[in-house]
Amino acid sequence: MVQLSLPKNSRIVGGKSWPKPAGAKSVTEFKVYRWNPDDGQNPRVDTFYVDRDDCGPMVLDGLIYIKSKIDSTLTFRRSCREGICGSCAMNIDGTNTLACTKGMDECSGDGTVKIYPLPHMPVVKDLVPDLTQFYAQHASVEPWLKTDTRAPGTEWKQSREDREKLDGLYECILCACCSTSCPSYWWNGDRYLGPAALLQAYRWLIDSRDEATGERLDDLEDPFKLYRCHTIMNCAKACPKGLNPAKAIAEIKGMMVARQF
Amino acid sequence: MAPPKADAARPLSPHIQIYRPMLSMMMSIVHRITGAALYFGTVLLVIWLVAAASGPSAFANVQAIYGSFLGQLVLFGYTWALIHHALGGVRHFIWDVGRGFDHASRELLVKAGLVGSIMLTVLIWIVGYVVAA
Repeated sequence: MVQLSLPKNSRIVGGKSWPKPAGAKSVTEFKVYRWNPDDGQNPRVDTFYVDRDDCGPMVLDGLIYIKSKIDSTLTFRRSCREGICGSCAMNIDGTNTLACTKGMDECSGDGTVKIYPLPHMPVVKDLVPDLTQFYAQHASVEPWLKTDTRAPGTEWKQSREDREKLDGLYECILCACCSTSCPSYWWNGDRYLGPAALLQAYRWLIDSRDEATGERLDDLEDPFKLYRCHTIMNCAKACPKGLNPAKAIAEIKGMMVARQF
Repeated sequence: MAPPKADAARPLSPHIQIYRPMLSMMMSIVHRITGAALYFGTVLLVIWLVAAASGPSAFANVQAIYGSFLGQLVLFGYTWALIHHALGGVRHFIWDVGRGFDHASRELLVKAGLVGSIMLTVLIWIVGYVVAA
């Protein structure tokens, strides 16, 4: 259901402003969402100042600077720092992206870097959302090759053209930027699969080697799972890998119609 | 691994409050709002038709209200809602057949919808005034 305001326990109250690093010539202001499961308080937004001469250029570098030099309790996920693991997905400067591939200087406005967890998700701590449901939805589309034919002695073969159909789909790193940018997913995330899971569903629907196309479509033929997509397009704009979940979903809708003839 | 804490204890991260209001998303939201507003507009149309069927005095009364400055302002809004929603429908139709999903086309369609709705609404009213004059 559409619930525009935040629940009482989720409303953001005033945060703490940490002192500027002593002697820093060039600083960038960070405003970071904080929530600690152990103190019983509401979430807050803390202000930090990052010394740019002592820090890399990316937003993730800034977060690591804060954690190392200002407040070691700041909690966030990160791993590869090169846009392939998807761990550091968060809402930066108003849109979802990866902290490791977003430059501090790319943030708009007054130069302040505003950071929140991925939107409309239960928060575990600070910038760490609970992605349990997101992963369950991915699993529900059964993202693996399904066949009835006896497995060939070597690999399942695919023509070059058929392989090309997977381009723009297989690159998904499951960072959840798209799904958590989607207002439809915000309001109906319990029943709507969301752009990430649907892009994965299409990746298997269009795979020439997969033999469960009909069953896969049957599973998606549902007012909520697929058809809550209203082409709002936030997903395609958010994807840090430049993929287009909105188009993949439109292709699935097209397959649903095409198979009736 | 310890089981995660109950959802009720966890805050919900902010969403519409903090997401950047991009034109494509706003056009989608406005499409919803205009869709709802059209129900109200259709009621205005029905009242006008019923008044016309009821006789000259009832029709004159409704005409007086609709023709007042406030009435015309509401009707102007109704016209815009109708055109905006119709152009939104065309945009969604294009997307429904799988076209216009690349970045440039998407932004063009969205901007064309907004600019087109304003221009067409103004044009309709200019024509309306010219015909009435």
